Amino acid sequence: MKPLKTVPSSPCACVTTESVPARSASPWRDIGLGLLTLAAWFLLYSQLRPFSRFLAYDLIGLTAGSHLGASLEFFFYDTPKVLMLLVLVVYGVGVIRTFFTPEKTRKILAGRSLFAGNVLAALLGIVTPFCSCSAVPLFIGFVSAGVPLGVTFSFLISAPMVNEIALILLYGLLGWKVAGLYLATGLFVAIASGWIIGRLNMEEHIEEWVRQLRANGDQVPIELLSWTDRLARGRDAVREIVGKVWIYVVAGIAVGAGIHGYVPEGALAAIMGKGAWWSVPAAVLLGVPMYANAAGIVPVIHALLEKGAALGTVLAFMMSVIALSLPEVVILRKVLMPRLIGVFVGVVAAGILLVGYLFNLII
Amino acid sequence: MEIKVLGPGCAKCAEVEKIMRAAVDEAGVSATIEKVSDFQKIAGFGVFATPAVVIDGQVKCVGKVPSKAEALAWLKK
Repeated sequence: MKPLKTVPSSPCACVTTESVPARSASPWRDIGLGLLTLAAWFLLYSQLRPFSRFLAYDLIGLTAGSHLGASLEFFFYDTPKVLMLLVLVVYGVGVIRTFFTPEKTRKILAGRSLFAGNVLAALLGIVTPFCSCSAVPLFIGFVSAGVPLGVTFSFLISAPMVNEIALILLYGLLGWKVAGLYLATGLFVAIASGWIIGRLNMEEHIEEWVRQLRANGDQVPIELLSWTDRLARGRDAVREIVGKVWIYVVAGIAVGAGIHGYVPEGALAAIMGKGAWWSVPAAVLLGVPMYANAAGIVPVIHALLEKGAALGTVLAFMMSVIALSLPEVVILRKVLMPRLIGVFVGVVAAGILLVGYLFNLII
Repeated sequence: MEIKVLGPGCAKCAEVEKIMRAAVDEAGVSATIEKVSDFQKIAGFGVFATPAVVIDGQVKCVGKVPSKAEALAWLKK
């Protein structure tokens, strides 16, 4: 018989009755191995700065301060740094996500009141496993189980926008303050937009057949997971997510590195700086139809900021690229009537606009 | 045996279909594999995270790409 080749499974929630037998029985071996890996990770991480300088200036022999030298040092430092952060966080989040499934989240949110429900939905959006192509089935599942429309929207806005990849890249490239601001304002946009949509009582703008559905979610089998299974899920998540996004990260950092080395300091201040009031709406208008994943866009944003673009403008651009996109709107049309889609896009875009202006005002 | 792969047609759904086909070949069972991408039909199975696998009307897996080992286990029952 041929040996079985296992295909890496996705980090999304899985609910199966049969779980694949674990490779090692003792959790202590896993824990010991994990701690050792973690120690090695920190040691390596602390050596990245000298390593990048060594590569750019000693090994390749560029002069410190030259355009090419600055670009390459930036590239050699940021690439391993971001990739290492990504591996660590995706692993951690992959393990945490095994405790959450869309079914559980739906149960928690069913019948919640506005506001409290919106807050809860936005928070659960961060940890519930969710693939963007699942947005419509998820919408149907939530609404048919009695999750209020506004609460459902809070979840659907927060889940793609406030994700671990965006946060870790912002942290790695721009520091914890920017990452924290992004987290707080992303949640704010999700909560406020969902709350407003809920207050507008637009339930009749959901397609008729969706409203007729009554949930029968008990079909879905419940899965029992051991710690070994959960840790294996974390590894699967790393293999899948990092395996997919690393190329965007490297390309994004390469573009960023080019801007870092060649574009003069402050060159963007005039068009993307605080002084240009129209830059925030322009950024949102540009970002809404576009779709890119967080991994590719954050390194570019890093470089833009460095050259004088205002933080609010840049964050508004990033949020509108990640949270709203043309393909998403097209697919939502299957379950929502045009007016509700219009309100959804309008409210979210307005929230992002507000965030952009607010940041430009206070920072 | 009647196998249905539920999903709107993203890369993951295509992967699930491939895995199920390979598993059916390997297990040597006779089965039909159907791709279901209509949201109304997907919702009819009570499934709201895709991709999902339904075998003979029973939901086997939701919201993830199963491994071939898992798929083979479902086919043997």
